[in-house]
Amino acid sequence: MFSAMLGEAWHAMGANRLRTFLTMLGMVIGVGAVVLMMAIGQGAEASVKRSINAMGSNLFVVLSGPPNMGGARSATGNAPSLNVRDADAITELDGVLAVAAVTMGKAQIVFGSNNWNTDIIGTTPGYFDVRSWDLSDGYTFSDSDIRSATRVALIGKTVADNIFGEDINPIGKTIRIQQSPFVVLGVLNSKGQTLDGRDQDDTIIVPLTTAQRKLFGNQLPGSVRQIIVQAESDKAMAMVEEGLNGLLNQRHNIREGADSDFSVRNLTAIANSAAETTRTMSLLLGAIASVSLLVGGIGIMNIMLVSVTERTREIGIRMAIGARQRDILLQFLLEAIVISIVGCLIGIGIGVAGAILVSTFTQAEVIISTDSMLIAFSVAASIGVFFGFYPARKAAKLNPIDALRYQ
Amino acid sequence: MQTSVIEVSHLYKDYQTAAGPFPVLKDVNLRIDSGDYVAIMGPSGSGKSTFMNILGCLDKPSKGQYVLDGHPVANMEDNAVAGVRNKTIGFVFQGFNLLSRSSLLDNVALPLVYSGIDKVERHQRAKVLLEKVGLGKHIHSRPNQISGGQQQRVAIARALVNNPRLILADEPTGNLDSVTSEEIMALFGDLNQEGITIVLVTHETDIAEHAKRQVRFLDGKIVQDTASGAANSSDIQETHHV
Ligand SMILES: Nc1ncnc2c1ncn2[C@@H]1O[C@H](COP(=O)(O)OP(=O)(O)OP(=O)(O)O)[C@@H](O)[C@H]1O
Ligand SMILES: [Mg+2]
Repeated sequence: MFSAMLGEAWHAMGANRLRTFLTMLGMVIGVGAVVLMMAIGQGAEASVKRSINAMGSNLFVVLSGPPNMGGARSATGNAPSLNVRDADAITELDGVLAVAAVTMGKAQIVFGSNNWNTDIIGTTPGYFDVRSWDLSDGYTFSDSDIRSATRVALIGKTVADNIFGEDINPIGKTIRIQQSPFVVLGVLNSKGQTLDGRDQDDTIIVPLTTAQRKLFGNQLPGSVRQIIVQAESDKAMAMVEEGLNGLLNQRHNIREGADSDFSVRNLTAIANSAAETTRTMSLLLGAIASVSLLVGGIGIMNIMLVSVTERTREIGIRMAIGARQRDILLQFLLEAIVISIVGCLIGIGIGVAGAILVSTFTQAEVIISTDSMLIAFSVAASIGVFFGFYPARKAAKLNPIDALRYQ
Repeated sequence: MQTSVIEVSHLYKDYQTAAGPFPVLKDVNLRIDSGDYVAIMGPSGSGKSTFMNILGCLDKPSKGQYVLDGHPVANMEDNAVAGVRNKTIGFVFQGFNLLSRSSLLDNVALPLVYSGIDKVERHQRAKVLLEKVGLGKHIHSRPNQISGGQQQRVAIARALVNNPRLILADEPTGNLDSVTSEEIMALFGDLNQEGITIVLVTHETDIAEHAKRQVRFLDGKIVQDTASGAANSSDIQETHHV
């Protein structure tokens, strides 16, 4: 019985191919849009999540310069107000797990005939802990390298690829950073992009003292641009933030109410809000795409209503030879469901193809999850039932003799 | 002892029109026994089709009782009435009323879909009946590929496919020429021989003569019934022969 009706639904769809196709198109576009948007949204969420994990957890960054000046400018503008002794003092604060003092700049590096312009980070060994950044090869520098300001360097993957290529093992090779020779100790693991899209692997890390004395020739000895502080736990974050402000205000002789010459930023909070933003964005994309599903559903309802009217006589004939109301209901409902499910399957195909195109032609990451397909499929089936039900019920409620007399 | 298939008493039917209720059937009483063959005649507009539609459970009377096979139809629920249309009654229309998109085989087999019979048996039974009405060679044709007389044969095959006790035919030869009409009437004659009760509406006396009993309608009332010989057969007798 059911299979006979399914066959009839298929048959009825075939009877008016163009119309069935156009009706289905609404569904195809709706489902395709949902699948594509979810793939893009989930991809964005995943890449944000990866950036956050790569950044390290429970982090503060203390920037030199007053907070109202904006991070980027204060980090590169005036003479730095922080120094390594601040960093040492922070280590003693309650709830602090690790501290790294950082100074940075840009420099030209040369190996053989290759040269490359990249970020130089001068820091202490604690940096690798706070950023949970490991080496893929070689070993890192130690406190004694800091004390004697040795010319050693750890290079990021992008730098390694660009000046050494695949064939040369960088470990132990000597590169020139602003003319001075540096020995490559190790190569850093790839970390990918930051939240704002910078390539974190396009960098070279050298001992803090080496950077201060031999590369960037500081105005004030021992000064640093940033201090990165890792709290012991999520719970200790508030306490550490308070401790940092108190300690640095005291050390920099800043009275209560006066402007401070540093700013403390909670990187974890910033990252979380970025993650929140992408989540909202992907929800929004999904919501917009769902509207087209709704429109597709209304299209199905429209055509089913036309079809019920056109086939009123047929309904009368079926009733005259013994069709019950539920047989007629099922017949038209099945037709609506078959249209929406077939449309949905095609839409999934198109959505997946679109997602693959997006990921090949743009940098954007996409995630094609079976979840999103299942959601699209069940939504489409429900739309078929929901929008097919009213026309089907209208057909089933027809009076046999009225339906038979219909011209 | 005859058992009655149809027993209609004090039946009224009004149509609701813009100008108010319009009475079409006015106190119709009729009893039809199993195995009978009745021709209903009467002028156009006298209410024959209205009456047939009520007998076929396609329409409901405004007032009065209709007992089919011992069961008052008014007391049945919708699904039971659908079951009656499916199994007890085979209806044949003047305009054939076949599904134009389906093959003859599917048309004839369709009532069996609604009785929940599986596909193999459906097609088997439909084929047997199409052969019986002389269309065994056309089972895969569409209704628009065969003649009107052939279409009416298909409609009769469809009416018969669920082995009904009763065939109701409203002007089954109305759209056919006299030769084809005779062929259809011969078919009805055979069916009646097999024991199926037949009620048909016709305008033509020579068609009506194929039946055992003639009932005449005028202005919504039965004015003549050869079974009782009475001018108004409100007292139904059981005197006619088989
Ligand atoms: N749906 C309807 N609404 C209103 N009036 C109707 C309707 N159907 C039929 N009638 C009226 O009821 C009367 C009887 O119609 P019916 O079709 O039963 O006549 P009939 O005897 O079958 O005529 P014919 O021999 O022409 O087929 C007619 O006057 C017709 O106008
Ligand atoms: Mg009529």
